[in-house]
Amino acid sequence: MKVLLFLPELFMLLGILVLFNLSVARADGRQARTAALIFAFGTVLLSFFCLGQEGTIFFAAYQVDLFSQVIKLILSLGLSAVLIIGRNPKDIEDSIRPEYYLFLLGSTTGLMMLISSAELLTMFMALELSSFCLYLLVPMRDDRQGLRIQMEAAVKYVIFGVVASGVMLFGMSYLFAMSGSTHFSVMLPALVAMLDNPAVMVGVVMVMAGFFYKLAIFPFHFWVPDVYQGASNETTTFIASLPKIAAAAMLVKISTLATPGNSTLVSLLTVLALLSMFYGNLSALVQKDIKRMLGFSGIAHAGFILVGVLTFGEAGYAAALYYATGYVVMSLACFLVICNVSRDGENVRIDDLSGLHQRAPLLALILAVGMFALAGIPPFVGFMGKFMLLTNALSQGYLMLVILAAINTAIAIYYYLSVVRVAYTTEPESPAAIQLDGSTKILGIALILVIIALGVMPGQALDLAATAVRTLL
Amino acid sequence: MDFLLINQGFPYLSTLVFLPLLGALLLLAMPGDNACRSWSLIVTVLTALISLPLFFLFDSSTHLYQFGEHRSWITAWNINYTLGVDGISLLLVLMTTLIMPLCVLGSWRYIQKRVKEFMFCLLLMETAMLGVFMALDIVLFYIFWEAMLIPMYLLIAVWGGPRKMYASIKFFLYTLAGSVMLLVAIIALFLTSEPQTFSIPMLMEQGFSTTFQIWVFLAFFLAFAIKVPMFPFHTWLPAAHVEAPTAGSVILASVLLKMGTYGFLRFCLPITPEATLIFMPYILWLSIIGILYGGFTALAQEDMKKLIAYSSVGHMGFVTLGIFVLNTQGVEGAILQMINHGITTGALFFCVGMLYERTHSRELALNAGVGRFMPLYVVFLGFFSLSSLAFPGTNSFVGELMILVGGFNHSILLAAFAIPGAVLAAAYMFRLLQRVIWGGTDNPSHHGLLDINVREIAVLAPLLLFVFWIGLSPAPFLEVMQVSVAHLLEQVGAANGGMTLSQLLLP
Repeated sequence: MKVLLFLPELFMLLGILVLFNLSVARADGRQARTAALIFAFGTVLLSFFCLGQEGTIFFAAYQVDLFSQVIKLILSLGLSAVLIIGRNPKDIEDSIRPEYYLFLLGSTTGLMMLISSAELLTMFMALELSSFCLYLLVPMRDDRQGLRIQMEAAVKYVIFGVVASGVMLFGMSYLFAMSGSTHFSVMLPALVAMLDNPAVMVGVVMVMAGFFYKLAIFPFHFWVPDVYQGASNETTTFIASLPKIAAAAMLVKISTLATPGNSTLVSLLTVLALLSMFYGNLSALVQKDIKRMLGFSGIAHAGFILVGVLTFGEAGYAAALYYATGYVVMSLACFLVICNVSRDGENVRIDDLSGLHQRAPLLALILAVGMFALAGIPPFVGFMGKFMLLTNALSQGYLMLVILAAINTAIAIYYYLSVVRVAYTTEPESPAAIQLDGSTKILGIALILVIIALGVMPGQALDLAATAVRTLL
Repeated sequence: MDFLLINQGFPYLSTLVFLPLLGALLLLAMPGDNACRSWSLIVTVLTALISLPLFFLFDSSTHLYQFGEHRSWITAWNINYTLGVDGISLLLVLMTTLIMPLCVLGSWRYIQKRVKEFMFCLLLMETAMLGVFMALDIVLFYIFWEAMLIPMYLLIAVWGGPRKMYASIKFFLYTLAGSVMLLVAIIALFLTSEPQTFSIPMLMEQGFSTTFQIWVFLAFFLAFAIKVPMFPFHTWLPAAHVEAPTAGSVILASVLLKMGTYGFLRFCLPITPEATLIFMPYILWLSIIGILYGGFTALAQEDMKKLIAYSSVGHMGFVTLGIFVLNTQGVEGAILQMINHGITTGALFFCVGMLYERTHSRELALNAGVGRFMPLYVVFLGFFSLSSLAFPGTNSFVGELMILVGGFNHSILLAAFAIPGAVLAAAYMFRLLQRVIWGGTDNPSHHGLLDINVREIAVLAPLLLFVFWIGLSPAPFLEVMQVSVAHLLEQVGAANGGMTLSQLLLP
């Protein structure tokens, strides 16, 4: 049954088709949301059902294995969470909501196909499918202040995205020239054999650049603060979560082409990881807008994910995936709070969170857990992820990297803590309590539990990640 | 697992760690403030009762870790859930379980807003603190060590005084920054050990190279010295103590500070013995500076909590002095003094809190002359103050005497510098007593001030009992630690390589 290999994606495509028809039929936002939720939940079920599938389709351009299926499951779960968080995207006009959900599903489909791509061109197409949908999502925000910041954000997003794609295509041409194929399975042995050839190294790094952009690694991070700030809260929720795990997974996949790595490549990635961490953390210290702050903190976390990649080993890859998964959950928790605190879709300043513990105790708790987890305090997943990454890096002998990364943890705590401080120690400016509906409460508690469970019992998650990574090598 | 006596029967240690956590989760379902208070009291008393058998079943003839529990946790990295207590940690565990019900009782009236959350944080603290003292796997230890920061931060930040934001952030940043390098050191220890392990007792037997030991020691030292706090790293302590609510101050003084010295005993001495010997003289002199500095600064304080906070810096200086003279009297005295300081300073913070509840001030000038109106209160305050200045017959006398004996055994010059610390303690405590009990001719009016009630007596009486119990008959408390301390010193002494170097550096 070859169709089973493609079932989750097929179902998503069906969802896109349904949403397209809804948008043509001028359906309202509620109907579109219901349809999107149905397809998201359905995809979760199908992804779970197809977890054990293995095989290739489309002339070996599309590979389904444990690695891809696990990520697809995470992606579909993440999409459901994003849809619940953005159940009422206050800043998106009702008339364009069907399109909004259409592109949200489209982008996720792109990411799912990206994970399974076993060939450079497929990979590129899938990446662009996901990116173009996002380019369209960003400007779909009400122009409330007349400043058109969402347009500025979208333009920045597109320009940097196109440059990154260009660099990536250039790199692909090198890899194709050196190996004579675009199929990973053919390229892998050919490239590993001539790893010290500068052309291969340049090619690998340039292909990685496309994912550096998605993951927001220095120097492909320039779009982050403006896009996070300019896009509506719900769109940022998506941009800040799902593409990160897909990009991390693809970075791992690309770096298998260069496993076991060589010192030049490692030094380059080390420098990029450290620059991302320092740049992200130091810039986040002075932010007033919480989305901007999370954007900069995301750059720093991307640096941490790179620490796992640059070990060029199975355990390091697994740790990077584990960390990326944890990051998605943590940032979803934070964005859940942001989207609910925002009264009618405006951006949330850190000061707006004042007295949150009185206005909405549950939101304050979710925020505190999310922030402490991002800061890497045990027993949350952020700590275990960092611990695993640093252990792997040190086992390869990168002592300086580990020490500097540890120092970054200490820098980062300040801004995470100041958010918690505002939420817990100040009196509310407006006493209005924030009402939460049932699905948001359940999702929030579920996110807290996942953050704790992944942190306290990382064994199974790491084993799964390691098994999944092993299918690549 | 030859270092661990696996416990076959009732899992005491796991119960102790997780009972408060379970209690905290069930607390969330409690309706009403009084129900929350009662429930927390029940949970903490139950924990204390379960911990009592540890003392009676403890076999003081072996240095092995007892009541051990061992489960594999993260197999990929050989991280285990290993718990156990020996003579060094036993008394600390018991002190923690004893102090917690008193903290709940002492906060009965003091905490009026958000009682449920307050008790939730207290119970989480208890889980984390007990975990720190029992963990025999270094990753497990680190998790408890760091996890403790969150509830402690919230205790200060939410229920604290006027400058709570400053104090809580300083506390958090200081302690976290200190333990960042601890994490790197832990990973380095794991990767360097053979076979690779996170088990603390197994790391003790490794015999790492001297250079490696020095780096690891420095990383450990930074984390623990901040927690103690030793002299140049102490500035977070007065801020945190002054702003924290009474129960927070008590937990800080009684238990949190002990984690630093416990860390020295559990990690620095046995895992990096050569580095310990190399750095010993510097740390000893830092301790002396701490003793004198804490004493002089306490002498000048007008705020009662600040006074006691600085006195803690001095007392903890005695403890680190005792630990790093590396002889039996010194280390045994230090461990006993850790317990004594927990009991006495905890009690003093309770006393200050009780006075604050009545006069709404901690200024000495505004609290002058309450002895006339609160006779029972000043009896307690007097005894605890005497204990704090190590008056013969009280618990601290035994501890400080042993530390000084150890100090004199080590170096007369060094110990001579510690003696003024004892005199200073008498000076600042008598100053406090004089002002609070009698005051001068211009005492503020205290009419209508009520003496302490039964609940408050119930908080202070158990602590007073221990003041005299340890003071008059310290033998049972010293007995349990003797074998473990002897073994610890053997572990340090086994590394004789550094001895000559340290003797050269000695003044």
